[in-house]
Amino acid sequence: MTGGFVQGTLVPVLYLGSAVLFVLGIKGLTRVRTARRGNRLSSLGMLLAIVATLVQLGKVDYRWIAAGVVVGGVIGAVAAVRVAMTSMPEMVALFNGAGGGASMLVGLSILWLEVIEPGTPRTAASVMNPDSALSTALSVLIGGITLSGSVVAFLKLQEKLLPGRPVLLPGRHVANAVLFLGALGLGMWAVFGTSDLGLMGAAAAGCAVASLLLGVGLVIPIGGADMPVVISLLNSYSGMAACATGFVLNNNLLIITGALVGASGIILTKIMCTAMNRTLVNVLFGGFGVAATTAAAGGGEYQNVRSYSAEDAALALEAAQSVAFVPGYGLAVAQAQHVVRELADLLAERGCKVSYGIHPVAGRMPGHMNVLLAEADVPYEQLLEMDKINPEFKQTDVVVVVGANDVVNPAAEKQPGSPIWGMPVLKVWEAGTVMVIKRSLAPGFAAIKNELFEYDNTMMLFGDAKKMLQDLVAELKQAAAA
Amino acid sequence: MMGALLISIYVFVLATFLGFEVITKVPPTLHTPLMSGSNAISGITIVGSLYTAQTGDVTASNVLGAIAIALAMVNVAGGYLVTDRMLKMFGAKKKR
Repeated sequence: MTGGFVQGTLVPVLYLGSAVLFVLGIKGLTRVRTARRGNRLSSLGMLLAIVATLVQLGKVDYRWIAAGVVVGGVIGAVAAVRVAMTSMPEMVALFNGAGGGASMLVGLSILWLEVIEPGTPRTAASVMNPDSALSTALSVLIGGITLSGSVVAFLKLQEKLLPGRPVLLPGRHVANAVLFLGALGLGMWAVFGTSDLGLMGAAAAGCAVASLLLGVGLVIPIGGADMPVVISLLNSYSGMAACATGFVLNNNLLIITGALVGASGIILTKIMCTAMNRTLVNVLFGGFGVAATTAAAGGGEYQNVRSYSAEDAALALEAAQSVAFVPGYGLAVAQAQHVVRELADLLAERGCKVSYGIHPVAGRMPGHMNVLLAEADVPYEQLLEMDKINPEFKQTDVVVVVGANDVVNPAAEKQPGSPIWGMPVLKVWEAGTVMVIKRSLAPGFAAIKNELFEYDNTMMLFGDAKKMLQDLVAELKQAAAA
Repeated sequence: MMGALLISIYVFVLATFLGFEVITKVPPTLHTPLMSGSNAISGITIVGSLYTAQTGDVTASNVLGAIAIALAMVNVAGGYLVTDRMLKMFGAKKKR
């Protein structure tokens, strides 16, 4: 076996096997039954890719490699085991950032390794060839935006250091345009424009810094409820960054894998935008949450709002033959997923039909509600998508809305001119009775009034979602014992 | 003869189409595991970073490369483990 065979045939074939395993892994995710096996196949693909790369490298000094693998592996594993399911959006945001950061650093590292450290004053384009040089700059640019954008998204989701609401700085579009052109210009000049190695390094570092600032500038004006779009988009960017790295190294495995991740992120971005009835451009540059100060569009003050106690609500639930729960971000905030399941179990014991209506943008990331309810052992067959459950509301006795607002606002269907006009919503008002568990009448993210709260068939249950659900459970248990 | 760059572009375009075909079929229930799972596979950047930390010297390329390896490993280890943890919850119902 010669080196030529290993480098030229064996390693590429192993990489192909790895790419096939990644595709099969994602294919497994098209069904709940096969999803877990799919994830294992995918991880096998990753192992194969790493082994093949080590084979290709041959015998090298493993100290830096081992240090990186151990440190990163431990951090990742600990985070994965300890993270609460309610915090999955934050976790995914950070992982997106790590992917982008890795691509940025690989780009910089290759520039130093191949051009700057050898010490011969030549342009990067002449040492690496022009397309690898171009890809190196892009890898730094896209990776940098992904890294800092994801960190900002993480901080906004946490709502500790940064507020979840949009932060709108004056002149931000101009500043972002300058940063983008600056990052691109520095990156291009670093790889094509100079053979002075000191200047080249400075320009590459400048490109990285400008990209990082740009990531901050792009994400900081975007509000909390738009995070499903932002996280999906950053997911796509992390794939594109890996692709760029693949073009640097002429490595088809990186290109294929990056393209798969990029496609996945774009598809989710599109689904999220459709579900919010907005264009991507509007989400990214609109500053929706603040710009929509047209609270008047909703008609101002609330009238005819009826507040009920847990006892009243329990009576209505006892009589119900069918109940549908509609969870929103408030469910995650109150960590109320387990008590919802408890209430649903009590109802099911009484012979009541239970289902859950899931709006695509409920929560802070695609599928957020599904994961929370799965954690509470809700059978996934009971989780119905918007299109499936909407025709069923007419035959549903009681709908319980937990911590959702804009996604159940009838204005989307009944008020042309409303900021959310045309947005697909869950038509909960068609049910016999709608119970809305909410802290107050405060508006949702779209900052508009929700007429649902005034409807004759709506019962407002004011209070903390978890506490209110616990009270309902207690009332139902008491009724059953009596 | 096709140049290496052109082959790479072919691969990129076809892989993007393949990705669209397969991922469109993933149901909304599994969108969060899809995201964390694709986080894991975007850790493939580790393949690139392994090339850049081949010696034991303390150089800029090695330090940057080692940090890149660590970040990519966070994705690989964290992404696969957390995805498995989630999918285990989805599967648990059938045993009940």
